Amino acid sequence: MTNAISMDGVVKTFGEVRALDGLDLHVATGEVHGFLGPNGAGKSTAMRVLLGMLRTEAGSTRLLGGDPWSQASELHRRIAYVPGDVNLWPTLTGGEVIDLLGRMRGGLDDRRRAELLERFELDPTKKARTYSKGNRQKVALVAALSADAELLLLDEPTSGLDPLMEAAFQQSVDEATAQGATVLLSSHILAEVEALCDKVSIIRAGRTVQSGTLADLRHLTRTTVVAETADRVRGLDALPGVHHPEFHDHRVTFDVDTDHLDEAMRLVSAAGVRSLTAHPPTLEELFLRQYGDDVAAADATAERTRSGDEVPA
Amino acid sequence: MNAFTGTPHLIRLILRRDRVRLPIWILAITALVGATASAITGLYETPEEMAGYASTADSPATRLMSGRPDGLDNVGAITAYEISVSGLVAVALMVTFLVVRHTRTEEESGHAELLRATVSGRHAAMLAAAVVATAASVTIGILDAVVLVASGLDPGGSVLHGTVLAAVGLVFAGVAAAAAQLTSASRSALGIAMGVLALSFVVRGVGDVADNALSWLSPLGWALLTQPYGAARWWLLLPLVALAVALVGPTVWLTAHRDAGAGMLHPRPGPARARGSLGTATGLAWRLQRGSILGWTTGLVLGALLMGSVGPELDDMIAANPDLAEFFASTGADPVSAFLVTAFGLLGVVAAGFAASSALRLRSEESAGRAEAVLATGLSRTRWALGSLTVTVVATVVIMGLIGLATAAAFAAASGDSSSFGTFTAAGLALTPAVLVVAGLAVLLTGWLPRYSSAAFALVVFAFVQSYLGNLLDLPGWLSAFSPFWHLAEMPVEDFAVGPAATVLAVGLGLGALGMVGLRRRDLAG
Repeated sequence: MTNAISMDGVVKTFGEVRALDGLDLHVATGEVHGFLGPNGAGKSTAMRVLLGMLRTEAGSTRLLGGDPWSQASELHRRIAYVPGDVNLWPTLTGGEVIDLLGRMRGGLDDRRRAELLERFELDPTKKARTYSKGNRQKVALVAALSADAELLLLDEPTSGLDPLMEAAFQQSVDEATAQGATVLLSSHILAEVEALCDKVSIIRAGRTVQSGTLADLRHLTRTTVVAETADRVRGLDALPGVHHPEFHDHRVTFDVDTDHLDEAMRLVSAAGVRSLTAHPPTLEELFLRQYGDDVAAADATAERTRSGDEVPA
Repeated sequence: MNAFTGTPHLIRLILRRDRVRLPIWILAITALVGATASAITGLYETPEEMAGYASTADSPATRLMSGRPDGLDNVGAITAYEISVSGLVAVALMVTFLVVRHTRTEEESGHAELLRATVSGRHAAMLAAAVVATAASVTIGILDAVVLVASGLDPGGSVLHGTVLAAVGLVFAGVAAAAAQLTSASRSALGIAMGVLALSFVVRGVGDVADNALSWLSPLGWALLTQPYGAARWWLLLPLVALAVALVGPTVWLTAHRDAGAGMLHPRPGPARARGSLGTATGLAWRLQRGSILGWTTGLVLGALLMGSVGPELDDMIAANPDLAEFFASTGADPVSAFLVTAFGLLGVVAAGFAASSALRLRSEESAGRAEAVLATGLSRTRWALGSLTVTVVATVVIMGLIGLATAAAFAAASGDSSSFGTFTAAGLALTPAVLVVAGLAVLLTGWLPRYSSAAFALVVFAFVQSYLGNLLDLPGWLSAFSPFWHLAEMPVEDFAVGPAATVLAVGLGLGALGMVGLRRRDLAG
C-alpha cells in the first residue's frame, strides 16, 4: 500500500518557537487517519506544510507522491481542505463561496452540492458576514466535499457543529472514503476520531508521540476492572502492572497493564467472581496519558473519569 | 455600570497599540511645520521679497492647493499659507485612521466582542477613540504653536494656527466616528470619511480659485480663512468646534440604536449560485473590489470635473490682476496649463492611494486567512496574485484615463474651446506609470516584508509632500527622485516624454516582479 502522506523528521520554526520538531506522519492511501493533539501541538502547522503554505527547514514531506511546496498547485487539484478557522469574504454569499472554490479547483458536482446543502441545512443565500462559526464551517465542508478529491485535509472540521451536524459530517466522510478518498482529520473530539478513523497519530509539541491503529494504541494502555467477589482478592497489591487497587468490602477496582491482565484475572477469579466489569480505556484516557506532563495529574484525572463512568453491570 | 464604563482601560489599550504609530504621525506633522517655517523665515526677509512672493502666489494653482493669498505681508502669513493645507489634511487623515481603526475595525474583526463582554459600556470604545484622537490633535496643535513661535513668528498668530489645527482634528474625528457607525465594513467607513475630507478640500479649492462663497461651506475653508497672522479671525473656531460637537449627537444615537457588529444597513440575502465570472482570481478580485473601485473612480472623476471647469475662469482672473498678468507674460508660461499641471499632480497622488490600497488587497486577503482557501484549490500563488493585480492595473489605467477625459470635457464645456481635448486627456493618462510604481512597491513589500506592507502608503504621502513642498524645502534631487511623479514630464506645460515614462513604468513592473518572487518563496500567514 502506498502512502498518501509521508512526513519524516519535519522541522518548522517560527522565530524561537519550534512548531514542528521532527514530526513523523504516515497516512496510507484510502485510510482515515486521526490526527490528535492538544492546542498548539502543531496540527494546523502540519496541515499548512502539507498544503505548501509553509516551507519546512528539515525533514521530508511527500503528498500524493509529490512535493507539497514546489508542486503545490498541481497537488491541490487532487485535495480538498477545510481550515480550522474558516474565514470567508463577508460580502459574498455562502453559495457563491462554494461555487468560487469549486470552479477554481476545476469544477464541482452540482448534484452533490445540492445534496450536501440540504444535509447540512445551510442557506446558501446568506452573506458570509452573517454566518455563525458553525455555518462558516459548513460552507467550507460543502465546498470541500462536493469536490471529487483524492485526499481530504480536515483541520478540526466539526469544532463549531452541533451533534446532528456532526452525524451528517461523519456520513459524508464515510461516503468519501467509500469512493476511495484518503482523509487526514485533526480533532479534539475523540468520539469522532473513534467513530471515523482507522489509524491515529498523536502529536505533542511538534513531535509524534504515538501512531498506530486504535487497537495498537490500546495495547499500550491499561484496562479498568471493577469486580465483586465472594472473598477479598489477595495478592493484587504485589502484582506488577496493577495500579491503584481500591477495596470496598467485596468490591475491588483497579487498573491493569494489558500484559498483566491474565495474571490479574486469575487472582480475581480465585476469590469467586459475582459480577465483573472491564472496559478498555477510552480515547480520553489515552489522550490524557499522553499529555499528562505529570503522570500523577493524568492518573488523578483518569480516576475521576472512571468513577464518573462507573455503572454496575 | 453605565454606557461609558471601561473607557480608561480602552484608552490605555489604544495607547499601547499605537505607541509607535501615533508618535510617528505627531512628530512627522510637527517636523513638516518646523521645516517649512525655517525654510521660509530664511527666504523672505525684506518687504520687497514678501511682496514678490505675494504676487506670484496669486495663481489658480496655488489657490487650489493653499487657499486665498490674502494678507501675505509678513513671514507668519507666508508660512501659514505654505503649510496650513498639508498640516490640516495630515491631521484629518491621522484622526480618521485612528478613530476607524479603534472602533469599526475592532468591531468587524470581532476583537471588540471580547472587550464588550468584559465590563465595558456601549459607548466606551467610541469615547476612548475620541479621547485619544482629541489628545493627539491637541498635542499637534500645541507642538505646532511651539515650533512656529520658536521660528520667530508672532505668538498670538502661532497659538491661533495651532488651535485651528487641533479644531480640524476634532471635526474629522467626529466625521470618522459617525462614518464608523454607518457601515459594518471598516473599509467603507474609511471611504466615507475620506470622501468627506476630499469633498471639503475640493469645495474649498474651487471656492478659493473662483473667489466665491463656496470656501465658506467647507471646514477646511473655515480653517484657512482664520488667517492667523493676518485677519486673525478667532471666531471661526466656533463653527469648527460646533461642527465637531454636532457630529457627536448622530454618532451616539447611531451607536445606541444598532446591534454590535452591524451597520445601519441590514444585509440582504444574495444569490445562491455564483455568476459565471466568479470563478477565477481576477473574477474574485473584481467582485471584492468593484465597490471601492467605483467609489474611487467617482471621487476622482468629480474632482477632475471640478478642476476642468475652473480652468476657463482663470483668464478672467488674470485679466483682473495686472501683476499676475505681468508675471505670466514674463515667464511665458500659460497659467491655465500651469494650473492643470498642479491639478493633475494632485489627482495622480490620490489615484496612487487607490493603487496602493488595491494592490495591498493581496496582503489583507492573506492576513484575513482567505487567501489560504483560494490557494488550496489548485491556484498557484503567482496566478492568484497576478489575477488580483490585473484588476489593480486595469482599474488604474481606466481611472487615469477618466481623470484626463473628465478634466478635458469639463474644460471644453466651460470654455467652449475643445482644441486641447486630446492633450488634457493624455496628460491624465501619462501619469499612470508613476501611479503603478506605488502599486509595484506595495507588491514588493507584500512579497518580502509583509508585516510592513502598508508602508507603501508612505510613498503616496512622500509624493504629495514632494510635489507640494519639494521646491520650498529645497529637497535634494536624490531625495525627490523617490517620488515617481517627479520624473515624468509636467503635461500639459511640457510635452510627453517617452523616456522617463518608460523608465518609471519599468521600475514599477520591476518592483512588482521582485515582489512576486518574494511571495512565492515565503510562508503564508494563516
